Amino acid sequence: MSEAALSRLKERFGAAILETSSFLGDDTAVVDAARWKEIALFLRDDSKLSFDMPIDLCGVDYPERLPRMEVVLHVYSTSLRHRLRMKARVGDDEMNGAEIDSLVPVWSGVEWLERETYDMSGVTFRGHPDLRRILMYPEFEGHPLRKDYAANRTQPLIPYRTEEEAGVPLEKLAPFGPDEGMSFGRRPHLPHSEN
Amino acid sequence: MEPLDIDLEEGELELPSEPMHLNLGPSHPAMHGTVRIVLELSGESISKADVQIGYLHRGFEKMCERGTWTQVFPYVDRLNYVSPMLNNVGYALAVEKLCGLVVPDRCQWYRMALGELARMSDHLTCTGAMAMELGAFTPFLWAIKAREMIWDILEEETGARLTHSFGRIGGMAKPPTPAFKELVRGTVPRVLQLMNECEKMLLKNRIFLDRLENVGIISGKDAIALGWTGPCLRASGVDYDVRKAHPYLKYDEVDFDVPLGKKGDTLDRFLVRVEELQQCGRILSQICDRMPDDGPVNCDDPRYVLPEKQDVYTTIEATIQHFKLVMEGAKIPKGEVYSYTEGGNGELGFYLVSDGSGTPYRVRIRPPCFQITNGLSRLITGRMLSDIIPIFGSINMIGGECDH
Repeated sequence: MSEAALSRLKERFGAAILETSSFLGDDTAVVDAARWKEIALFLRDDSKLSFDMPIDLCGVDYPERLPRMEVVLHVYSTSLRHRLRMKARVGDDEMNGAEIDSLVPVWSGVEWLERETYDMSGVTFRGHPDLRRILMYPEFEGHPLRKDYAANRTQPLIPYRTEEEAGVPLEKLAPFGPDEGMSFGRRPHLPHSEN
Repeated sequence: MEPLDIDLEEGELELPSEPMHLNLGPSHPAMHGTVRIVLELSGESISKADVQIGYLHRGFEKMCERGTWTQVFPYVDRLNYVSPMLNNVGYALAVEKLCGLVVPDRCQWYRMALGELARMSDHLTCTGAMAMELGAFTPFLWAIKAREMIWDILEEETGARLTHSFGRIGGMAKPPTPAFKELVRGTVPRVLQLMNECEKMLLKNRIFLDRLENVGIISGKDAIALGWTGPCLRASGVDYDVRKAHPYLKYDEVDFDVPLGKKGDTLDRFLVRVEELQQCGRILSQICDRMPDDGPVNCDDPRYVLPEKQDVYTTIEATIQHFKLVMEGAKIPKGEVYSYTEGGNGELGFYLVSDGSGTPYRVRIRPPCFQITNGLSRLITGRMLSDIIPIFGSINMIGGECDH
């Protein structure tokens, strides 16, 4: 549907559009990260594109690729009713240089999305008015949606109790004793001692 | 009136004041979800507001990367936990888009019916809770009573009141029960009648109206730039409903209206939801007329759909198929896709990346209320402290969805 949008982008920006593809009705343009904001402005202001609504922004990590992190933006046009996915690739294998221009001046709604992408994937947005963590707490280290962040790693703000501190063995207890819990098969109107 | 006989200079009338900081939430009885708002107050008006979310963050996207594609269904239930069926349907459609599957007609109607019931429960909760937060307790009880009737239908169909986990890739867990249409036909008018009574009670109440009218106005243009969707966007007069703009399932074959607001204030957001409830009723009655009573519900595609239980117990082929689908997961073709449906709060999107294996490479959810909550601080800045409650109630932030 918006393949016309892809050709319009290619016509206008030429070599800055690295790849385009259309798959299952989704049109994608991979663009040069250095011209990210300029292209976004064009997407918003050009009368044949007029993408006025930011739908989503996220990071997808491909540790074996270089650049490693893909920043994926979805936009929608409420007047022309078409969509586009725009991507830029940033960061080396250690995620150094994972920086990209902030799009807050283009669409105000990406403010939290960029904070989330920073929090979860560790992409820095240049010129963002308030780049803080949003879902995790400020003391959190690392970025959980990177593939090298172990899924079972925990970072409790208050350390877990050790057995010594607790004074009792820390093992899982059965949820109910013999006289408590669900009353299946028991006669609840009788006192427990008579059961 | 006689003038005061004391003569004061303008400057002396101003009391010296300094801004006061106030933490509203994260756990506050008048707040609609687990969210913290750090306020800077000057008197009773808000000069700065910082909305902080994340208290319900459970690492949804990370967890999805550890199981099979089917094992994501229980997680999506817990995103918008007021209308879990809409999430189930949205995710199932996203995976099916990637596989190129189209479910049979009967299943499409069934999904629509369950989705509309979930939407009704979502709107009932939001409008009821909003009234309660403003001190009107009775409408809340009525709305919850109505919601309970809907949940009774869903319980009858799925076995669970809330966390149904009922969607499957290429179909649903079970076909509709024989009494399904009858239940819907009998219940929906009662729900709408209860809602009409709530409406009568609230919309003639001066106190309720005064707290909503002209409070928290947002223009259509601002709402679009913020990425608002759903009833909140439509209250600002923007005609964007995924069901109409990009019909999925059978939405292009049913007749319904998309209610729009004029001003974009809190009252409009309330009224849009109330009117959408009536439209859900219209859609549901058309579904009941048109849904076929027999025919398959699941796709006939052994790569994605579990075989019949009877065959699993009696034939080796079905046993192997069942084992491989459960242990390795359905292999979803390589590629990436963005699929979107109309959730309770707006566009519910799933951006899926598959590397061709039985486990998702990346599942990204686009929860509608994340973007809407982003606009909250803009709406409340400059207003009075007491306006936070109706404004926040009207945007219907759902913690599980907003915090991923």
